[in-house]
Formats: sequence, C-alpha cells, structure tokens
Amino acid sequence: MNDDRDFMLTVNGTTVEIRGAAPGASLLSVLREHLGLTGAKGACEEGECGSCSVLVDDSLVCSCLVLAASAVHAHVTTIEGLTQSRDVQAAFVECGAVQCGFCTPGLIVAATDFLAQTSDPDPDDIREALAGNLCRCTGYGRIIEAVVSVARERRGAAT
Amino acid sequence: MPVYLPDTTEEVLSLLAAHPNAMLLAGGTDVMVGINHQHGLRQETSIIALRNVSELSRYTIDDTASTISLGASVTWTALEEAPFVERVRCLAEAARTVGSRQIRNAGTIGGNIATASPAGDGVCALVALDAQLMLSSATGSRQIALTDFVTGPKRTSRADNEVITSVEVPIVKGWQSYAKIGVRNAMVISIAGVAVVLNTEHRSVSIALGSVGPVIIRATEAETALAQQIDWERCSISADDLDDGARLAATAASPITDHRSTAAYRKHAVQVLTKRLVQRGLRDLAERGPS
Repeated sequence: MNDDRDFMLTVNGTTVEIRGAAPGASLLSVLREHLGLTGAKGACEEGECGSCSVLVDDSLVCSCLVLAASAVHAHVTTIEGLTQSRDVQAAFVECGAVQCGFCTPGLIVAATDFLAQTSDPDPDDIREALAGNLCRCTGYGRIIEAVVSVARERRGAAT
Repeated sequence: MPVYLPDTTEEVLSLLAAHPNAMLLAGGTDVMVGINHQHGLRQETSIIALRNVSELSRYTIDDTASTISLGASVTWTALEEAPFVERVRCLAEAARTVGSRQIRNAGTIGGNIATASPAGDGVCALVALDAQLMLSSATGSRQIALTDFVTGPKRTSRADNEVITSVEVPIVKGWQSYAKIGVRNAMVISIAGVAVVLNTEHRSVSIALGSVGPVIIRATEAETALAQQIDWERCSISADDLDDGARLAATAASPITDHRSTAAYRKHAVQVLTKRLVQRGLRDLAERGPS
C-alpha cells in the first residue's frame, strides 16, 4: 500500500520524496507544484493537447493522465532531464518552430521519443507521431521541418 | 486515500475482496480525466492501480486453435503492431485510431472494455470478432461474451470484486477492417465506427457499429443478407445487394443527436462505411485469390 499524499518518485534519475500531495494528484501537478519542474505544461488536463508530455519508463505519456502515487516504481523523464533532445531543441529554434512556446516542451519530448524510434521519417509519419501535441501558433509546418532536419542531421552524423 | 500497487493478479483479487468499492486504475486515460475534472478525489476513495501487474500485459497466440488471449493491460501501442496486425487486423486498425501516441502508450484493452463507452474503438472491433472476456474474483473465474458483459452506456456486469483478466479473440480466416468517422484522424471520439469481418471459412459476415446506440450494436440483418448475397467463390456482390446490405446496417443503428453529430448523419455514415468496407474486403479477397 502506498499513501496517496506521501510517496517517493524517481524523476530524471533522482529519487525524491513527495509530501502532502492532493488526493488523486496527477504526475503533472506533482512535477510542477512539488518539484518545481515547470517544463511540462498543464492546459487541457484530459490528454488532448500533449503539452504535459513526459516519458514514464521510456514510454511517451501525458503526465496529466498518470496518477502520481501510482508511478512510485517508475522512472520519469521530463524535458528538464531529456539530454538527448539538445539537437531537437536547436532545430526548433533554427526552423522557427517556436512561437508562444507553450506547447514546445511537450513537442520536444514527443519528437525526441519519435526520433529515437525512426531514423528516416516522412512528413506524414511525423504528423501522425505528433498528432497528440497541439500547437495553436505555428500551423505545424515549421515543427515538421524541424523534425525532418534533425533526422537528416543524425543520419548524416551516423554515416 | 490509499493507492494499492499490486504486482500479481492474485494480489489484485485479495485487494478487491477487502476493498470492494476500490477503483481499478488501468491506463488512466479515462479515469484520470474524471479525477482532474473533479479537482482530485474524495479522501475515502481507494485505488488499485494495475500498472505493476506484469502478467496482465502478456498475451498468448494459439494459431492451431485460432485464438489470441490478450491480457487486460495490453496497450493500444502493442495492438497496432505485429503479431496482431496479421491475425486480428480490425483490432489493430482500431488501435491505431485511438487518441495519440501518448494515449495509445497508456490506454489498455481491458480499460476500454470496462469503460464500456458506446464509442470505444477497441470494443467495436472486438464485438465484430465475437470476443469473450475472462473475469476473476477471489471466489472464482467466469467467461462471458463481450456483448453480454456490456449492459449499457458505461455500464457492465462486472461485480465490485471482479477484474477483467483477459480477452479471448478468435483468429478469423478471411478479411477484416475497422473504419471510423471523426473530425480529424487523431484524438477524436468517433462520430460513427464500423467493424466488418468477412469470414471466408464459414462464409459469414460480422458487422459491429460504434457510436450509434447505447452500446456497440451488431447489424445482424445486414450480416445475414450480405452473407447470402455475396458470391463467395468469386468474392463479389451485385451493386444492388451491396446497397441493400449497407442500408440494413444503417437500419440497425439507433443513434442520437449530440454535440458531436446528428442522428441522421450517423446513420448515413454507417451506410457509407459498411458499403465501403464490404466492397474493399471483397476486392482484397478477390485479388488475394483462393486460399
């Protein structure tokens, strides 16, 4: 049994103690309000927008849909700890894929996860892979462009 | 509010026996939406989270007996890929239409069934495939047809002390597919969904309709009519007979008008999707040749 108010979480490789979480608190709210990790954003809180995307045991999920107290044995990786996203972040900046920036951390987490599984995606694959992340500014074209450019660079570096 | 994190099905069953009012938490993609909207949970609610019960994430395939046993915690992401695509294609196709990658990584087939939404994509495919469920409690196990298990919108015959352990899915010879209508490809609750199975061995047709009634509906009259009118040797059907079959499928639908669509559009969508799928299936079977 695990008390839903006080529990341990492993986030970005460090195990931390959470005290006094609200009953039913989502992983998103605990990351933001207890750990000060504000990269994951809260918008819809129903899994629709993807701005709270994180990795739980290397699986891309919406942190708003994870009961924080149920993730005690899992490894959580947030944008703050996603070291393999450096080139994705740079490409987003270079391609102008960031405007207001609210969706950006979630998109970077989702794109980084996707690029780890696919080396040569076509734009349709990218659109399908990022369909769970809403951006209301860019119209997505530049985001797709950024992901294509990371894949191209990584393939170039690999040969 | 205690959160229980059992590691085995046996532990789940004893926890359910001790806490029959506990809430079972699978992928969380529905349950957590409710909790977030209510701004948390009441202090007295207990939760049994199934995420660490690894045996519920397993599946077994028996190609000789032509069945797949899916653990209740198998995710949509798993179902989208091999070995399911080749064996239960309409379920794999339904899986790919669910939510987004984030949702498919978390959401489970058992959760979809227990939620019992009339719009459940996985449930629609499984109803067309005549899936059976296995449920367990501390006092025993039972098997029940999925169509008998779901008793109404978001209502099932699950007893408080029971957990869905697996879904038994027949592997059907022939052709099968799932199609749905929504405002976009991702993250939609379907406006109408249709699963069609053309069973070339028994020369039968199964058609399940989603989002057009209080539960997933089988279009039995359309199934019988189409099975009789299809020329199974040539895998073809006359245009008139196909139209009649599709119309019968629309007759079986009893949709409502709500914020997502109108009843009339939903009926129309069922007719179009049924026709399209049967046509596509017969064409694919004809191209494949006699097996």
